[in-house]
Order: sequence, then C-alpha cells, then structure tokens
Amino acid sequence: MKINDSLPLEYRTEENSNKIFGFWLFLGAEIVLFSTLFAVYFTLWNRTGNGPTGKEIFEVGGVIWETLLLLTSSFTCGLGIHAMRLNLKKPMMVFFGITLLMGLGFLGIEITEFVNYVHEGATLQTSAFLSSLFVLLGTHGLHVTMGILWGAAILLQVNRQGFTDETANKSFIFSLYWHFLDVVWIFIFSFVYLKGLM
Amino acid sequence: MKWDEFFVTGEPMIYAADVSIILVSLAIVIGLTYFKKWGYLWREWLTTVDHKRIGIMYIISALIMLFRGGVDALLMRTQLAVPDNKILDAQHYNEIFTTHGLIMILFMAMPFVIGMMNVVIPLQIGARDVAFPRLNAVSFWMFFFGAMLLNLSFVIGGSPDAGWSAYFPLASLEFSPTVGNNYYSLALQISGIGTLMTGVNFIVTILKMRAPGMKLMRMPMFTWSVLITNVIILFAFPVLTVALALMMFDRIFGSQFFTMANGGMDMLWANLFWVWGHPEVYIVILPAFGIFSDVISTFSKKNLYGYKSMVVSMVAISVLSFLVWAHHFYTMGQGAMVNGFFSITTMAIAVPTGVKIFNWLFTLQKGKISFTSPMLYAMGFIPIFTIGGVTGVMLAMASADYQYHNTMFLVAHFHYVLIPGTVFGVLAGMHYWFPKMFGFRLNERLAKWAFWLIIIGFNVAFMPLFFLGLNGMTRRMYTYSASTGFGPLNMIATIGAFVLAIGFVVLCYNFFHSFRHSPRNEGGDPWDARTLEWSTPSPVPVYNFAKLPNVKSQDAFWHAKKHNVPLYEEGPYEEIHMPSNSGQPFILGVIMFILGFSLVFSWFIPAIIAGVGVIIMLAVRSFERDHGYHISAKEIAATEQKLRGDTV
Ligand code: HEM
Ligand SMILES: [Cu+2]
Repeated sequence: MKINDSLPLEYRTEENSNKIFGFWLFLGAEIVLFSTLFAVYFTLWNRTGNGPTGKEIFEVGGVIWETLLLLTSSFTCGLGIHAMRLNLKKPMMVFFGITLLMGLGFLGIEITEFVNYVHEGATLQTSAFLSSLFVLLGTHGLHVTMGILWGAAILLQVNRQGFTDETANKSFIFSLYWHFLDVVWIFIFSFVYLKGLM
Repeated sequence: MKWDEFFVTGEPMIYAADVSIILVSLAIVIGLTYFKKWGYLWREWLTTVDHKRIGIMYIISALIMLFRGGVDALLMRTQLAVPDNKILDAQHYNEIFTTHGLIMILFMAMPFVIGMMNVVIPLQIGARDVAFPRLNAVSFWMFFFGAMLLNLSFVIGGSPDAGWSAYFPLASLEFSPTVGNNYYSLALQISGIGTLMTGVNFIVTILKMRAPGMKLMRMPMFTWSVLITNVIILFAFPVLTVALALMMFDRIFGSQFFTMANGGMDMLWANLFWVWGHPEVYIVILPAFGIFSDVISTFSKKNLYGYKSMVVSMVAISVLSFLVWAHHFYTMGQGAMVNGFFSITTMAIAVPTGVKIFNWLFTLQKGKISFTSPMLYAMGFIPIFTIGGVTGVMLAMASADYQYHNTMFLVAHFHYVLIPGTVFGVLAGMHYWFPKMFGFRLNERLAKWAFWLIIIGFNVAFMPLFFLGLNGMTRRMYTYSASTGFGPLNMIATIGAFVLAIGFVVLCYNFFHSFRHSPRNEGGDPWDARTLEWSTPSPVPVYNFAKLPNVKSQDAFWHAKKHNVPLYEEGPYEEIHMPSNSGQPFILGVIMFILGFSLVFSWFIPAIIAGVGVIIMLAVRSFERDHGYHISAKEIAATEQKLRGDTV
C-alpha cells in the first residue's frame, strides 16, 4: 500500500483519498436533490388550496433555536476534526458527542414543530404547499437522523480503535456531510421560513 | 386490498405467464440442486465484487429483460397487425406499452450499458478494479431487485398503465387506482439509487485510477464517453429520485403534489420527469457512441479521426441534454417563447452529433476495413441513426411538432435512435469484448446472420411507422378501424418485428453454439486491437494486470505493438491486494425488494421492519473490519505463466 505521510491521516492511503473524492461527488448529487426539492417548493409555495399559508403556521421561536443548534453543531464538528488532526482522541470524541447531541436537539424541535402543524390541521395531505414543505423539511430531517446514527457508529469505532486511517477517514467524511446539512439548512431558513414570514 | 385483487386474474395469457414463471423457477431450483451448484452460485457470483463478473451479471440481466421487453413488443405488434384486432384489450395494451418502454429503457438499455462499462473500463484504463468494488455490487443488486419488483407487477397486483412517462393526473390514484404505478415509483427508485452509486463509482475510477502515463487526452474514446455519461447520471438521477418520491407520496400517503385539487400541479411532474428523462437518453446513447468509436478505429486500422472534437462534442451534448426537456410537451401550452427556446437548444444538439458522425466517416475513409460483426453493427448504425437524428430535428421544430406530436412518427423516430444507437452499440460491444469476458469469440457466421436479420427486420418494422404517423395514426392506440387505411403498413411493420425477433433468437443461439464450438486458444488480442484491455490474457485474471502498464500515447497497446516497445516494466511481480467477496450487497438488495413490495401494497408494518433492516445492514457494513486479501507474487507468476504461456 502506498502511504503518503505528508497528508493528514484521513487522506493517506489511495483508497481513502478516493473515498473522500467520491463523497464530494455524492454531495454534488445531494445538491441536485435538494435543489430539485427547493424548485418544487418554490413552484408550489403559494398554492395553498384551502389550507393555511406559511405565514399562518410558521413559528419563529423554534426555527431560531433549530438554526442556532445546527450552526453551532457544525462548529463543534469542525473542532472535532481539528482535534483529530492534533491526535487528541478525548477532545475529538467530546466535540463529536456535542455535535450529535445538538443534532438530536434540532430533531426534537423539528418533530415538535411537525406535531404542532398537524394539530393545527396542516398536514401532508392538506395542500400542495404543505406537501412540498413537509417533504423538503422531512428530507433534511431524515438526513440529520441518518447523520446522527452514522456519527454514533463512528464514535464507537474511534473509541475502540483510536485514530486509524480508517476511522480518521470516516470521521472526516462524516464532517463533510454534517457541514453540508448545515448549508442546506441555511437555505431552508432563508428561503422557506424568512421568506414565508415576510 | 382484497386477496382476489392481489393476483392478476381473468386473462388466459396471465395464467400462462404464472405457470411459466413457476415452471422456470422450479427448473432453476431443481437444476441448481441436482448439479450441486448452489455453493458455486453463491461464492462465485452472488457475493462477487469483481467488476468483470458484475458486468457479466448486468449483461445477462439486460438480455433477459430484452427478451421480456421484446415479447411485449411482439404482443403489441401482433395486436396492431390488422384493424379491429381483439387479442389485447385497451387496458392490457396500456399495461404492455408502459412496461415495454420502462423495461427497455431502464432495465435493458441502462444495465446493458453499465454492464459494458463494468467489464471494460478498469481494463481500458489499466486499473485492477473500480474505485469501490463493494459499492459496485450494491449498485448491481439494487438494479436487479428493482427490475424484479417491476416484473412482478404483471402477475401480482397489476402493471403500471399510464405510459412509461406516467403523466399526471393520469398516473394519480384517482385515474390509475391499481397498484401498478406504485410499482413504478418504487421499482424505479430502488434501481435508480443503484445507478446513482454507479455514477459516483465510475467517475472516481476514471479520474483517479488510471495507469501511470494515461493522461485524460490519452484515454480511449469509450472511457471518455463513460466518464461523461456518469457525470450526466450524477446530475440527472437525483431529479428522478425526487420525482419518484413525490409520486410515491401522492399515491401512497395522499400528498397533493400533482393532483387536480388543493393546489397540486400536474405539469410539475412532466417537467421533473423530462429534466431527468432527456439526459437519460444520452446516458444510454453516449457509451454506445464510445463503443462505436473504439470499434470503428480498431477495424479500420486507423487512429480515431478528430479525437479532440469527439470529446468536445460529447461534453457539448451532455450540457445541452439538460436544456431541452420541454421539447417533449410543446403542445401542452407553455407559449411561444418557451417553445422557441427549447426548439433552438434541441436543434443545437444536432451540431455536435453531426461532428461525431463525420468523424466516424473520416475514420473509415482510406482505412483497412474488416467487416467483423462488431464493425457491421457500427456501419449499420451510421446511416440508420442519421435517419433517427434527422427526424429528431423535424420533431424539434415546435410549430411543426403540433402536426405529429404523439403520433407513430415519434415512435418511429425514437426507435430509430435507440435501436441503432443503444442496442446496436451494446451488441457491437458485446461481440467485440466477448473474448475478454469468456475467453472465446462468438461465431462470426451466426453473428452476421443475426445482424442482417436484425437490421432488415428493424427497418421493415419501423420505417412504415413514419408514414403511419404522418397519416395521423396516434401512438398508444390499441386498435384502429379498417376505414383509416392504416392496415397494410401496420401489417408490414409487424412482419418486420418478427424478422427482428428471429434475428435476436439467432443472436442468442450463437451463445450456445460458440460455447461448444469456438476455439479457445486465440490469445489475448484476437482482433489485433489498440487499447490496453487487449494486452491482458483472455479471459482476464481476477487482478486484471499483473503489472500496471506504462502508457506513453493514445492507443497505447497499438503503439507498443507497432514500435515494439514494452508496455510493462521488466522485473519480478509484486503481491496484489484484492477486496474480499461479500454477501451483504445481495442481502441488502433482498431487503430493499421487501421494502418496496410492502410499500406497493401499503403494508406499513413489514415496510418499517424492512426499513430497520436496511439501517442494520448499513451498520454492519460500518462496523465490519475486512481488509481484503493478498495474492502472492508466486501465485501471480504461476497464473500468468498458465494464461500467457510465457513470463511476459
Ligand atoms: C425490439 C423491437 C421493438 C419493437 C418491435 C418495439 C415496438 C414498440 C411498439 C409497438 C410500441 C408502442 C407504440 C404505441 O402504440 O404507442 C413501442 C413503444 C416504446 N418503445 Fe419499443 N419496440 C422495440 C424496441 C425498443 C427498444 C430497444 C426500446 C428502448 C431502448 C424501446 C422503447 C420504447 C418506448 C420508450 C416506448 C414508449 C412507451 C410508451 O408509450 O409509454 N423499444 N415500441
Ligand atoms: Cu428529449
């Protein structure tokens, strides 16, 4: 195996750098996926039928908390990778742990928000606007959920094996994914909630 | 859902299909048990991560699907042969043209093309495998079980019946109440995800794993075409993923995306579908262009003419392919400006395509041409595809399209592009690379018989449809009255279709014939070809290249042969690292199948269990610590000695 010591641990083997490149491509596909969902949302957002409009149901409070949690978690995730580069196992695990907990917090708020919508009679079936809203937010939420499970699996592996080129590679790729979800959220925050509230 | 609706009933042909499915399955099970082949099947095929074997499995599946789609086609042609025919009723005809279109495009053309990529690409770029062998197996099994799910629909629950384009509101629960379109949304989703992963895998493979010295502009044209194709896959398939998910939500969970009430918008589906759908036709045609380029240059004994312009025109086509989707619905009321824009972009595609046609012709010019079977397909392709292309430009003109939109003219056009383009392409490739897969060539005499039957049958089957279309026969019409005067031309078309079918039978018979009679000792390079894959022994050993080749020019192997320079460095072999086989991709495929099937019938408890199963499989993979195995230098030396009869 060719090992290039001048690179960070997660890039060192050829296989690992291929994995990182492949993941960037996958993120490219994810961008197309979310762009399509946004396009659907923008097409349908004022087609509310007999259902409520965004203005009537969006609640700023929860959304601000969601945003804070997710943005901060992206930051702690970055700190985790930084710690990994410095070969500090404990701090890395703590930062990743915080990241995942914040992800859970985000999910909790999002689920409450969904439950509230449904109680107000705003369901997936009510109107085209709500269908597109639920599917856009739901897809992002599902990504966060998968991210939490994945991150937890990686934490277990780092705990057991320490930093090997494999666990380092996985952690790094996970961090790319997590930052990506954050970016998507910024678009949701601006173009769904802020625009909807205006 | 009542149980008597579960199995499709009431049609003698369906009962015959039920019986034959049961008989074939029994025969397979008994055969495997009798010959004690279960272990072999599992160890060597179902768990394989070897790109060549995965490629072969793709190709076999595609051939079976070609048979299924072909039977659909013959049924339709039989129904249309004479006026007021009663073999198929309207509903049955709807189901058949829908599954024919779906199967031919998604489960025949795509996997055939992907199968060719799998077999050839690592060999052509001098790599030992694809970048992610395990993921490659996952891609295959997702495709395979997606295809099986769709095929199940015609005996269990009923097939989709709203056309392969599944336009809303027709495909909505209101107007298509059977589970058919649920199958559509789930089967395509499962195999589509597999395709997306193929896209990632091959881009990384081609960009990162080329042999030393193989610069981008030294890659064989097939490799170029596959690279560009996979970029299209990467950008087009997520759109399909979303479209299908929304369709599933509409049909199974009652959302309102494409409905007629509550703000839904049916045209949104048409747009999403074709934003994926048009690039899709380039996904199946560009690799065929690549195959033709390699085949034509090999059998003209010349460099490909205009290498750079070939690459540039493929890139141009790939960009334009995303800008033309509305040409599929000029008549659906988007106004003159929009139609004008899409008319122009569509016609623009003819320019790079024309460049390619001329390049092939110039490659042939003054070449030392040998008319082998792959070459025949390539030579047949050029004129027929040009007819398809020219009628495409006719359809591209929005105002004229009002005249022949959705007529048999269109049906003739797209078969004139897809059959010579894609089908001839993969058949040329299959004949050409057959010795790389199996170590022997297909019998040339039978192959040529098949070719002539296919090409003559094809033209007889589809040329009349141009005229029928211009005379006003619409597509997807299950019958017509004698007074329309459509009868005679339809009869001719049906006869052509059967000639074409006989051609395919000869082609398949050739496998058995050649398996028994073809000579096995033709060496690694039976065609005197140009690119790296021909420098390996046939059939290719698991590790592909005992030593990595040193590429110094385009057509490196040809260069090495002509100038007598070594392609491989002297010196001892080194051990090679290989990925180990795994049953996980297959199991994941089975679970996805169960998930899809449960959702089709809205059985949510099994669906949730299967969903958890998917997550468990992902976790198993994540925690797995399998680092593959090594083939020792000694073993390699022995294998090479055996295969080549010398020590390189
Ligand atoms: C092998 C010989 C073939 C024959 C005889 C044949 C015949 C037909 C016929 C009769 C129709 C229906 C026309 C109508 O009533 O609207 C049809 C539709 C279609 N065919 Fe083929 N076909 C063949 C091969 C293929 C291949 C190889 C492909 C694709 C790679 C293909 C793709 C399609 C599609 C997409 C449709 C439209 C389905 C729809 O309307 O939803 N066909 N074909
Ligand atoms: Cu198109």
